[in-house]
Amino acid sequence: NFSPPARFDEARRVAIFGGTHGNEMSGVTLVNLWVKNGSEIQRKMVDTKPFITNPRAVEKCTRYVDTDLNRAFTPENLSALGEGDLPYEVQRAQEINRIFGPKGSPEAYDVIFDLHNTTSNMGCTLILESSKDYFNLQMMNYIKVTALRSNTEYYPRFSCKSVNIVLCDWFIAGLEVGPQPQGVLRSNIFEAMRVILKHALDFIELFNEGVEFPTCTVEVFRVLERIDYPRDANGNIIAMVHPNLQDGDWEPLNPGDPMFLTFDGKTLHYQGSGTIYPTFINEAAYYEKQQAFVTTRRETLVASAIRKA
Amino acid sequence: PLCCKPEKRGKVVCLPRLSRVAVCGGTHGNELSGVYLVRELLKAKDIVMEEEREEPASVLMVLANPRAMQQCRRYVDTDLNRCFTHATLNGPISDSAPYEMTRSRELNAMLGPKGSPGAVDLVCDLHNTTANMGLCLIAYSDCDWICLHIFKHLQRQMPDVPMRFIHFDVSSKESYSLDSVGKHGFAMEIGPQPHGVVRSNIYTAMKDGVQHMLDWVRLFNSGTIFEAGFVDVFTIVKNIDYPRDSETHNITATIHPQLQDRDFLLLHPDDALFQTFSGETLRYKGNEPLYPFFVNECAYYEKGIALSLARKRHVVVPAIRAQTEAERRRDQQGFASEEE
Repeated sequence: NFSPPARFDEARRVAIFGGTHGNEMSGVTLVNLWVKNGSEIQRKMVDTKPFITNPRAVEKCTRYVDTDLNRAFTPENLSALGEGDLPYEVQRAQEINRIFGPKGSPEAYDVIFDLHNTTSNMGCTLILESSKDYFNLQMMNYIKVTALRSNTEYYPRFSCKSVNIVLCDWFIAGLEVGPQPQGVLRSNIFEAMRVILKHALDFIELFNEGVEFPTCTVEVFRVLERIDYPRDANGNIIAMVHPNLQDGDWEPLNPGDPMFLTFDGKTLHYQGSGTIYPTFINEAAYYEKQQAFVTTRRETLVASAIRKA
Repeated sequence: PLCCKPEKRGKVVCLPRLSRVAVCGGTHGNELSGVYLVRELLKAKDIVMEEEREEPASVLMVLANPRAMQQCRRYVDTDLNRCFTHATLNGPISDSAPYEMTRSRELNAMLGPKGSPGAVDLVCDLHNTTANMGLCLIAYSDCDWICLHIFKHLQRQMPDVPMRFIHFDVSSKESYSLDSVGKHGFAMEIGPQPHGVVRSNIYTAMKDGVQHMLDWVRLFNSGTIFEAGFVDVFTIVKNIDYPRDSETHNITATIHPQLQDRDFLLLHPDDALFQTFSGETLRYKGNEPLYPFFVNECAYYEKGIALSLARKRHVVVPAIRAQTEAERRRDQQGFASEEE
């Protein structure tokens, strides 16, 4: 394939968000660290800004104060009037959009990383919006390949077996590392997130220096649907994630496999028509969002070669 | 206290029957195994256990902090499980008192009053922890033979579940938790489980633990003699806080990877304790090796506890059985209980 590389502008301004959910501690801790001393995240010719997006939720060590900030960036919310009467997170979304966006405008930041933790056994997961943006795909691929190469050398205790890339519709470019309970800081999870970001910034620096990244194939998991817990007539949960499925993120779930275990010991089986790859299994914050896990399908995408314009 | 009366070796200690037992969940509203278990048990209404010889015993199922449960938070205003000191239960209370202080008085009226003859005989308070502690029974006494025999029974019935008995050396004047309201009581603490999550293996362990405990109570009440033996008791010595920034009070280090998840594995002087954010290892500076537990418990960041440390002791547990009706009447009239 001899087609010329796709050209992208330099990535001059990079933001790193922590505390979008105030109790997801790795991002909160890293961003606070870098706000105090940002030398670790400095790169040649890149302006890197660490930023706590939801300070009130961080202060209370809670996911959110009024409403989930990570669902607040809707067009309605961003244009809503009312200032101080608006829910706290809607005000924050408007403020963040002002500082770092709006998307597509010349002042907008080029790359934003939103740091998250999950109680699910997801390892390191990079989350991309479902676009065919080759720059983002190449960046994710670089991070994945480099992280896996360095993982066994430097982090023998790290439990993450893989770096997965998820395509979905509802996050901004995110980095999700788990398993970690809300409100808890685990050293292995903290270090993994730190290393991933280091690779991300290295990629941007290399790209800005003019390095060409050849075409690559990227394995991704495309989100299909959310599966809720079985509930009774009053909406109460009547079963738990089955022990066979618990912690089985990224492992195939086949029709007929155990899926839920009722409180009185009955097994409920997956009734889908084909094999899927479950993730976000038993994420604490999703009980209220009616989500026991999410199904995905494996896909291979091709990203064309890219180079600085 | 009655439980600590010295008895001759080889004799059987006779203790009053346990007529009323309370199983409490949701004392912390986001510790979900207990929340879901008590909800399920409540669906079966009050369980009445028929006894062959004596009156039936009853089991009360209680959801201790419903408002915190509704919000899936540990507490609304203040930690309910610190609101059961005599001072808090009996002191003055204002209209604007924290929710949990009002609630603790309601629970004291329901299950107590603490320290009175009308209190329930046994309180089992269900908890989860983010620490890798397995199943722990936590009690204020290391010589409450009821609690220790329940522990031994659970050990026998659930050999695949790692199990420990933790002793908080706090006098009854200063005991502060819900389980102190009953004549006997303990917390059943199971981890690791994130708050706001129910893990099926943890739920199942708690369900089995409660069932075996209730089975033991039934056996005890029907006159079974439980053989003497011993229990390894972990008595708390001290807590260690995270290193913190002197200005912001924020933590400046995490539990070291060599300590994380290693609850109840002996920590020696100079072993790694913390890892600072700049990668430095901070070491344990104590003089004696101790057993760590509650390592990296989420709720304890705000209480200034990164881990707790305990000494382990072999405690000899005498044989026990329930008092007969005749013995109970004699006991009430002031005579010492007759030994078998």
